[in-house]
Amino acid sequence: LSPRWAMPPRGSWGPVPPLLLLWALAACAARASEITFELPDNAKQCFYEEIAQGTKCTLEFQVITGGHYDVDCRLEDPDGIVLYKEMKKQYDSFTFTASRNGTYKFCFSNEFSTFTHKTVYFDFQVGEDPPLFPSENRVTALTQMESACVSIHEALKSVIDYQTHFRLREAQGRSRAEDLNTRVAYWSIGEAIILLVVSIGQVFLLKSFFSDKRTTTTRVGS
Amino acid sequence: LALYFHVGEREEKCIIEDIPSDTLVVGNYKVQRWDIHKHDFHESAPGLGMFVTVTSPSGEVLLSKLYGPQGTFSFTSYLSGEHIICFQSNSTRFAVTAGSKLRIHLDIRVGEHFFDESDIQAKDKVNEVNTRLEHLIEQIHHVAREQDYEREREEKFRKTSEETNSNILWWAIVQTLILISIGIWQIKSLRDFFIAKKLV
Repeated sequence: LSPRWAMPPRGSWGPVPPLLLLWALAACAARASEITFELPDNAKQCFYEEIAQGTKCTLEFQVITGGHYDVDCRLEDPDGIVLYKEMKKQYDSFTFTASRNGTYKFCFSNEFSTFTHKTVYFDFQVGEDPPLFPSENRVTALTQMESACVSIHEALKSVIDYQTHFRLREAQGRSRAEDLNTRVAYWSIGEAIILLVVSIGQVFLLKSFFSDKRTTTTRVGS
Repeated sequence: LALYFHVGEREEKCIIEDIPSDTLVVGNYKVQRWDIHKHDFHESAPGLGMFVTVTSPSGEVLLSKLYGPQGTFSFTSYLSGEHIICFQSNSTRFAVTAGSKLRIHLDIRVGEHFFDESDIQAKDKVNEVNTRLEHLIEQIHHVAREQDYEREREEKFRKTSEETNSNILWWAIVQTLILISIGIWQIKSLRDFFIAKKLV
């Protein structure tokens, strides 16, 4: 899962021919887009991305608020072949390698829901992150400082990764707790009112039965 | 600008960013209009602009500007919470014409420290490692800010759960009391009624 930071700036290229630079940029172009958006009921939202052949991509999504916290997701390649299709999923992660160049499309659908909006988060990572200290123009191995930097970078990436996951789960849990709180409050008030109305109503109804009988008996009597 | 999606001409599309305070958010976008005759999107559409509105969690508008068909916007959050970034085109045409839609390319980056590439063209190795370390330190600050924000949210979550818990207990007691007192009132009332009517 991509961290929420820019891909690390490339190291000094030094006397690298510009063509090699261009190739290196194209090959290791790593992009990550993460968006949290609201999906209204009965709606479908699609996103498109142009991917080069051979790039390893990961799509990860999670539903944060709304209803049963589930959504339909579908990923198609440029030819329309469905690479991934799941209905009513709360969270999933899907990795694939682009088999051809073109525009890949993925859609989230809330069409099965009649009145709940869903808030969906997704993260679509294209390509791998380029190395911090690229080895194109290097003559020696990485120094200790540099390898320390690289391992700190990797560790921070996974910290940010876990942090994002935790933030989403916490948001989901909190959303459920708030729903529960509102529901408990309304149902309790509703039940108390119903209880009062029904009990008082019962007594008056019962009284009314006997009142009618009373008048008929008196009429018969006189 | 990689990821894109389609919207109607006058439709407003919003995305949510849940971020801690003092975080810089930078967004790049590009918008294209569908050409009915060419059955494709215009490469560029002069005159087409985009209203970008950023609302803070308290409802205050942080940013509300009209940009051209391509642009970069940025804002720094003062409060932590859900900031809503909305896009709406300034197109005055009504989207009645069939197939009229816009393609919006979007790239949003949160909490990042941008370098000039020229800074990286370090003269020597020490400077390069220095710069990388500074970048890493900035990232660690961002992680720490996120953690503080997470603490705030967890506290709110815990308060909500405890409130629900005490609500349930309180209402159960109230309902039981209502039940008992109504029951007693019912019996008394009926008993008095029947005595009055000389049925008992």
